Amino acid sequence: MIRDLLTVLLLFSGGLFSLVAAIGIFRMPDTLTRMQAATKAGTLGVGCMFLSVAIYFDDMGVTVRALLVIAFLFLTAPVAAHMIGRAAYAVGATSVEYNVIDELRDDAEKRHFASRDDDSDPDPPDAGDPPHFHQKTPRPPEDEDKD
Amino acid sequence: MNNEGVDMIMVGVAVVATMLVAGSLLTFVRLSRGPGLPDRVVALDLIAMYVAGAIAVYAIATDQPIFILPAITLALVLFVGTVAFAMYVEKRNREGRDEQ
Repeated sequence: MIRDLLTVLLLFSGGLFSLVAAIGIFRMPDTLTRMQAATKAGTLGVGCMFLSVAIYFDDMGVTVRALLVIAFLFLTAPVAAHMIGRAAYAVGATSVEYNVIDELRDDAEKRHFASRDDDSDPDPPDAGDPPHFHQKTPRPPEDEDKD
Repeated sequence: MNNEGVDMIMVGVAVVATMLVAGSLLTFVRLSRGPGLPDRVVALDLIAMYVAGAIAVYAIATDQPIFILPAITLALVLFVGTVAFAMYVEKRNREGRDEQ
């Protein structure tokens, strides 16, 4: 009885977190915010669901497999989110409006961001905007009162 | 009492399955109209996660623990696919830039 209650509770919280992830990916304004909503809430939701599976089947093998799924999701989701975030930055899909800190910017200028063969750049990037980034979303003029 | 417990689990399974379907629909809206390719990759990632969750729910609903093995496979393939997509997006951007 208490096992059933725990199963339903974990299953329900998993569904709730999954729904939160969907709402986040639907309503967030930016690729990076969408990515973090989907990654964190989605991983937690699916993890809760597999934990409820592990509790429902009172079996050692099933528990180990469910924990394996959880461990794998928790290991791979941050890596995948990191790669998608890098790709989004390289494409220029991150809106500058919501970026308070852009720590990847200096690094991207220094290494020309994963481009290997333009060391002999005729015009070196000066302190302004990096040459190849945010083509689609140029940095807007300073208007702080935007909310 | 035992029968009541089974009913509780079945009700929970139905509610959570409905939540998963609603979440998949919302994510599919983002997938279809996402402004860029990274948004679509994120949406696909989340949909695959929903499929894994649906496998868990289905395993409970049918009382068949063997369904966890597809979930393990799906988690593996999901990671590889997402990383490949991200690398493709980055590389495509680089090649397009070199042509300019």
